[in-house]
Amino acid sequence: MIDYDYKKPESLEEVFSLLKEYGPKATLIAGGTDVMVNIRNTKKAPEVLISLRGLKDLRYIKKNKGYHIGALTTHRMLELSELVKTELSALYDGASRIGSVQVRNVATIGGNICNAAPSADTAGPLLVLDAQVVLEGPKGRRNVPIAEFFTGTYKTVRKQGEVLVEFQIPAEMGHFGSAYWKHSRRKAMNLPILGIAVSLKLDDETITDARIGLTVAAPTPVRAYKAEEFLKGKQLTGDVLKEAGKIAASPECCSPRDSIRGEAWYRREIIEVYVARMAMLAAEKIKNR
Amino acid sequence: MKKVSVSFTLNGDPVTAEVPVTWSLLKTLREYFELTGAKEGCGVGECGACTVIVDGDAVNACLYPVFEAEGKSVMTIEGIAGEDGTLHPIQTAFLENNGVQCGYCTSGMIMSAKALLDQNQGPMEDEIRTSIAGNFCRCTGYVQIVEAIEMAAREME
Repeated sequence: MIDYDYKKPESLEEVFSLLKEYGPKATLIAGGTDVMVNIRNTKKAPEVLISLRGLKDLRYIKKNKGYHIGALTTHRMLELSELVKTELSALYDGASRIGSVQVRNVATIGGNICNAAPSADTAGPLLVLDAQVVLEGPKGRRNVPIAEFFTGTYKTVRKQGEVLVEFQIPAEMGHFGSAYWKHSRRKAMNLPILGIAVSLKLDDETITDARIGLTVAAPTPVRAYKAEEFLKGKQLTGDVLKEAGKIAASPECCSPRDSIRGEAWYRREIIEVYVARMAMLAAEKIKNR
Repeated sequence: MKKVSVSFTLNGDPVTAEVPVTWSLLKTLREYFELTGAKEGCGVGECGACTVIVDGDAVNACLYPVFEAEGKSVMTIEGIAGEDGTLHPIQTAFLENNGVQCGYCTSGMIMSAKALLDQNQGPMEDEIRTSIAGNFCRCTGYVQIVEAIEMAAREME
């Protein structure tokens, strides 16, 4: 018999005091599309679920000296935001491909990142958008770059008493083009075999900055730093992008494994091909704006 | 097991449920209110047979803790026909286009379609397909279902 208590605080202060009271016996729940499935599948429940849905002011997408996205913003809100679609395209690509409309209506971006699945569809986009994760605890806030947020499969730097409250994306990312490809067998309702996100900054045809984020390619979402370094200062040509794809697919950048969804060799081939394709898409977005 | 009292609007009427705190909205609808139109297929948000509309948005009732329904407006398949029993245009369109075979997915399909058509009066085919991408039909394929929703959209304009 699954048994747990459910608390629905209305302020962060209340959340912190509940987290202090229950310690590791508590689990935070936002949209619940991961937590409820976990409880059902494992037949294991925490002593208490602390719902964050009462924190209504953590749902927002704002732009002022950079972009601010509240942790409880749903994937559906991201999908329907013109700002996200035009200026943070990779995030649109990721958010609009998660689950179904029913799931996107409740599942939150904060939940997607805190769950820390290697396949999280918003992780690759947030990596190439250079997002900062804002964690708040009873003693105040701290910022963690998303590239340092994941410490292992389903593990993050978030401490037990902390709540992820916001994502911050630097304003200059608006001058970048970005794109994300969810490689999967169907168009909806599945997990990616692989996720590839790329962002670029161009000065005419010269790549002045580049970021590559890979998911399901390692125990955590990862940046392909070596491939990014290779791209900087190069001309945007097919051969250059192809070489960047090769580097991104190499053991220097990722460590995909064989799993039920795909084998490691296949994942490496897809990384090689799609890093180049996503870079082309990112470049097109810059030119079209 | 601890019980909770949850008050919300169900198909237009104010209701209160006294149910175990661990119950989902789906279990509450089916076992407390005896509204069995919403089905449990997978129970983990994959199949959409439990789709209901909460505050205008389609959601999987199986993943929706009943606790979260407090103060919300919940609509189920039982609430969309007229009071005199006149079918909703989407229901009529499903009948006329053979959008139903075994029927298990139908109430979820119709609720997803209703959430779409309430928000978007002239949907494109790909918008219709996206709106029901989380509703699995294992009998008919989706062609008649999409045609039914297209017809309903024209009727409702």
